[in-house]
Amino acid sequence: MAQVSLRKIVKAYEGGVQAVKGIDLDIDDHEFVVLVGPSGCGKSTTLRMIAGLEEITSGDISIGGTVVNDIPPRDRDIAMVFQNYALYPHMSVYDNMAFGLMLRKFPKAEIDRRVKEAARILDITPLLDRKPKALSGGQRQRVAMGRAIVRDPKVFLFDEPLSNLDAKLRVQMRTEIKKVHQTVNTTTVYVTHDQVEAMTLADRVVVMNHGIIEQVGPPQELYHNPATKFVAGFIGSPSMNFIPAKVEQASGALRLHLPQGIVLDVPAARTARYQAHAGKDVLFGIRPEHLTDDKPTDKSNTAPITLKPDVIEPMGMETLVHFKLDGTEVSARLDPATPAAVGAPLSLIAHMDQMHLIDPTSDKVL
Amino acid sequence: MAADASTAPIMPSAPNSGRASSLQRLARRRSTIAVLMTIPLLVVLIGLVAYPAGYGIYLSTLNRRMTGFMEGEWLPNGLGNFEILFESETFWAVAWQSCIFAISAVILKALVGFWLAHMLHHIPAKGQRKWRGMLLVPWVIPPALSTLGWWWMFDPAYSSINWLFQVVGIPQVPWLGEKWWARLSIIIVNVWYGAPFFMIMYLAALKSVPEQLYEAAAIDGATSWQRLRYVTLPMMANIISITVLFSLIVTFANYDIVRVLTNGGPRDLTHVFASYAFQVGILSGNIPRGAAVSLFMFPILAICAFFVLRGVTRRNKEQM
Repeated sequence: MAQVSLRKIVKAYEGGVQAVKGIDLDIDDHEFVVLVGPSGCGKSTTLRMIAGLEEITSGDISIGGTVVNDIPPRDRDIAMVFQNYALYPHMSVYDNMAFGLMLRKFPKAEIDRRVKEAARILDITPLLDRKPKALSGGQRQRVAMGRAIVRDPKVFLFDEPLSNLDAKLRVQMRTEIKKVHQTVNTTTVYVTHDQVEAMTLADRVVVMNHGIIEQVGPPQELYHNPATKFVAGFIGSPSMNFIPAKVEQASGALRLHLPQGIVLDVPAARTARYQAHAGKDVLFGIRPEHLTDDKPTDKSNTAPITLKPDVIEPMGMETLVHFKLDGTEVSARLDPATPAAVGAPLSLIAHMDQMHLIDPTSDKVL
Repeated sequence: MAADASTAPIMPSAPNSGRASSLQRLARRRSTIAVLMTIPLLVVLIGLVAYPAGYGIYLSTLNRRMTGFMEGEWLPNGLGNFEILFESETFWAVAWQSCIFAISAVILKALVGFWLAHMLHHIPAKGQRKWRGMLLVPWVIPPALSTLGWWWMFDPAYSSINWLFQVVGIPQVPWLGEKWWARLSIIIVNVWYGAPFFMIMYLAALKSVPEQLYEAAAIDGATSWQRLRYVTLPMMANIISITVLFSLIVTFANYDIVRVLTNGGPRDLTHVFASYAFQVGILSGNIPRGAAVSLFMFPILAICAFFVLRGVTRRNKEQM
């Protein structure tokens, strides 16, 4: 068990390309932190630097208070689960899990106890004699986790562990990983490009983009108070709508002027916050789930908006409706009972207490 | 046999074309086509492998003048050549020398090839091609020619190696004149010639080991030696055993290096089966006995091949 801290970490490749541009991050003991971002954002590189598989160009990484920059992976007391499992094909499941302990010269009885305990936690006891070839994807993933658990390391590192599984199994294994973390409670750094995984698993989510950290925070915090346009758009599915708008002053209140003559009232509680931007162009950000049917019981902090559906996607529990607003794509999540038809005007309401305004030049959320 | 007939629709036959259509049907069958297409290979195999092998066995049973079966004293008639070989000290020396030569040369080739492959594997890709090309040169030169070059280097009168030894103060070595040095010389030349083959096979095998296995092993706590022992070698086991088997067959049957370098000397102590068979059969004119000598390679290699291929099949079943 240990804290992990990253100080001004830079990873530059030959030719000057910087994959990671000086990030700082502190991970607490027992914490489950997820690094999330699009491909090429530097999240995997960061994880591999923590593991010691990539050299650090500059900065310091410490695990449990010790700077590990020059310590080889085997002496960092970490365990890693790889995307393609990286199980040794010539060893049985038991030997795969026991390998790290055997190299560390644990007594046979202790190895046996730990392997069987991990196999019990992961429900793979009947598979111990098999070779990885004879396992399904989900079983291989469990073995890879078992190999990490038996070591009882200071830190678990997961590098996109669910990417090779089909959608159904991914959901199941996600729950398994959460359960395992609740059982063993080891500090965990988990890398994924899937924001749903990030939201469901993490104590804290670290959103990365272009080699920098955009925002760090608990999942709900990132969802409700994104710091930048990138975070606002990345977290949440379908992603947030961004509509060009202008803030106008109107007798002590603020109004947003959207394309096609749509005007929305800014809630009184936000007036002070946006006052300085009166008269300026901004991006109006609102999540599809905050554009709903015109029938809430409490209509405070809402604004009516009428749009013509372009595409309608019934999903069963909800219906996604897409609109075009002067070239901007807008989507809304509606009750499936809503009588929506393509081209027919549809009355919706925007939940303005959930809105965000974004400065189009800095991409910061105001 | 429904599948065999399913390749083409069967035409309704006209009254007097019954015979032709059944021939057509036969020609269209998949099994017929398969047999037809393998005929060229079968002809080559029968002509170049089965017939010479059968003829070799037949020859080995004949007497020196090839007028009848070779009579045996304690083995049945026709096996007399083998009887004489069993009683011949030279033959047992040849058998012994063949085994020493083949086994030590193959082990050395495998070790040198593995070492070279590892070195190459860790050179950046840009420089790798150049080195790979240069290191393959010994394997590309016809061995009869390159062995001649080695013969000059070993020759007592002009030996460049001995000259070098003299310069640095090492006593001169009778490379081809003394039996152990002569045996070593043959092995050196064979290793020089054959190691690049191992190198290129092992390099391909090394490149096919997923990098993540090494990373996983590094995190599991393996030192570089342990990574070699627990990851690289098991992952390469099939290539290693197939290459060793292949090389064992070729090295066991080696003829040109011995023939050019020592011609079996001194006192027939460096002969291997192939060069001894040539000496007995062609140079001494006893073709049946030469055939009998060469037949001894077969059972030894067959046993090796059986065990190696069994191991390969077992590993394939478990891992692939």
